[in-house]
Amino acid sequence: MTAATAFPPTVTDAPSRGVKTARLLRSEWTKLITVRSTLWSLLLLALLTPGFTTLLVWLNEHNWAKADPSQRADILADPTSFILGSGLAFSQLTICVLGVLVMAGEYSTGSIRSSLLAVPKRTPMLAAKCAVFAFAVFVLGEIVVFPSFLLGAKIIHNHAPVSLGDPGVLRAVIGGGLYLAVLGLFALSIGALVRHTAGAITGVIAFVLVLAPLAQLLPGSLGKHVHAYMPSEAGHLIGQAHQSKTDLLSPWQGFGVFCLWTAVLLGLAAWLLNRRDA
Amino acid sequence: MIEARDLSKRYGDKLAVDHLSFTVQPGTVTGFLGPNGAGKSTTMRLLLGLDRPDTGSATIDGRPYRDLAEPLRVVGALLEARAVHSGRSAYNNLLVLAQSQGLPRKRVDEVIDLVGLGSVAKKRVKGFSLGMGQRLGIAAALLGNPDVLVLDEPVNGLDPEAILWIRNLLKRLASEGRTVFVSSHLMNEMAVTADHLIVIGRGKLMADCTTEEFIERSSEKSVLVKSPDATRLAELITADGGVIATTDGDELTVRNLLAPRIGHLAASAGIELHELAPQAASLEEAFMELTRGSTEYEGSIGDAPAEGSAA
Repeated sequence: MTAATAFPPTVTDAPSRGVKTARLLRSEWTKLITVRSTLWSLLLLALLTPGFTTLLVWLNEHNWAKADPSQRADILADPTSFILGSGLAFSQLTICVLGVLVMAGEYSTGSIRSSLLAVPKRTPMLAAKCAVFAFAVFVLGEIVVFPSFLLGAKIIHNHAPVSLGDPGVLRAVIGGGLYLAVLGLFALSIGALVRHTAGAITGVIAFVLVLAPLAQLLPGSLGKHVHAYMPSEAGHLIGQAHQSKTDLLSPWQGFGVFCLWTAVLLGLAAWLLNRRDA
Repeated sequence: MIEARDLSKRYGDKLAVDHLSFTVQPGTVTGFLGPNGAGKSTTMRLLLGLDRPDTGSATIDGRPYRDLAEPLRVVGALLEARAVHSGRSAYNNLLVLAQSQGLPRKRVDEVIDLVGLGSVAKKRVKGFSLGMGQRLGIAAALLGNPDVLVLDEPVNGLDPEAILWIRNLLKRLASEGRTVFVSSHLMNEMAVTADHLIVIGRGKLMADCTTEEFIERSSEKSVLVKSPDATRLAELITADGGVIATTDGDELTVRNLLAPRIGHLAASAGIELHELAPQAASLEEAFMELTRGSTEYEGSIGDAPAEGSAA
């Protein structure tokens, strides 16, 4: 170890480059792309979405004649929603996991302390993290959702023809990426609140997969309303080409409800981040 | 310069830091001493804005840490617990920090070379030894070429060669006019590194003085005398007001009488001396003496640990 002979102070004397926001975003971007969990999660999303679209749409196409008439009616009423839902129902979990890891991972590894030493104003740090993560998930989400939709539409074409040019379809498909981006932020906010990787992942997945769908079992109009306003349930309405008769909310209204939930949770996360000891 | 004013921090029912005030001056290495659980790490976390104090405030160059626009260019910190992402490489961990401060990539390469991690820079931190982790932490602290350094137990887990390297690095940083604040529970390490000491016990300030003063103040001085005629010399010393603390064959430990006086007594009685050595109390002993009774987790074996650990 002879390193003590050289303590080069030169380059740091250069004036700092870039505006503060850009620096924060660049730093958060590096954080996101330099851990393997990001690459694995996004790779899984990219494989599972077309995979499940193909599998589930093909199964329905294959069993079309034997299927329950009401099920056929559901698919025919909104093939877009059916195709998008087939792909995302399970692949969305990768984003739930990644969203939690992006924030709770900082706590489990201790890197949150370095992050806060570098950026002691905590709200801008959280905001930059959200912006970078949502952007990445949105872009990759669109890249994955569009071909998956086209694939599914091709498979089911003989029974339920649908194309991007039909009313509401393009918006619904773009909505798939939007939904994933907000879902990522939703999971991130839970990660920030819980600060514990395993607990937060369990919580988010249990909520999205189990608790929210279960709400419709509540009796009468109460169940219907609670279910309609559950974050992820309201959010995936954006993947419908048009509002179904049984839905309380329109696609954009549902997405708005999801965004509102997420915004409230992120606000709470920011407030606690500023108050809590790191 | 670091200033702490009336800092207190309570965790549950435990008062970790108890109305602590001190100033850390630039240009010297200031050691921050205390037994385990004394509140050193908590104090440092309060200085760095990671925890919020219940009372009081801390400033660095006159401003609270949270108000620093590019904090890593002002303060470099090494925390006790590992503070990097284990799934990320050493290089990328530093790059993340550099980008947040608008520092060029070249600076990351510089600090990696500086701490000697060049060969493992692209490896994930997960596989790093404690020593490598400490080096990475020091690289992060030096990244922004800061004027103030706050280092929590920097020599923890390092081999002797690396300890020497840190010691020289700290001294050099201080000689460049920087403020260097280093915590340790290794008293003897501080004795050779720090010029100034801030000692705490149970979150309270116990001493704030130069290292020399600290040793001088905290411990009685004694003189080691060796003579083939120790018994007769002991009588003379006692008659002159000295106290024989210990006797071991031809070896005496004398208190209350200075070495020149003992030499004079021996010479005038014609007693042969083989050794006459004033004993500076080690920092370890001085520290034990000062913090006795203030340790958080007291051992139950023996009540005079200072004797055995004197170096």
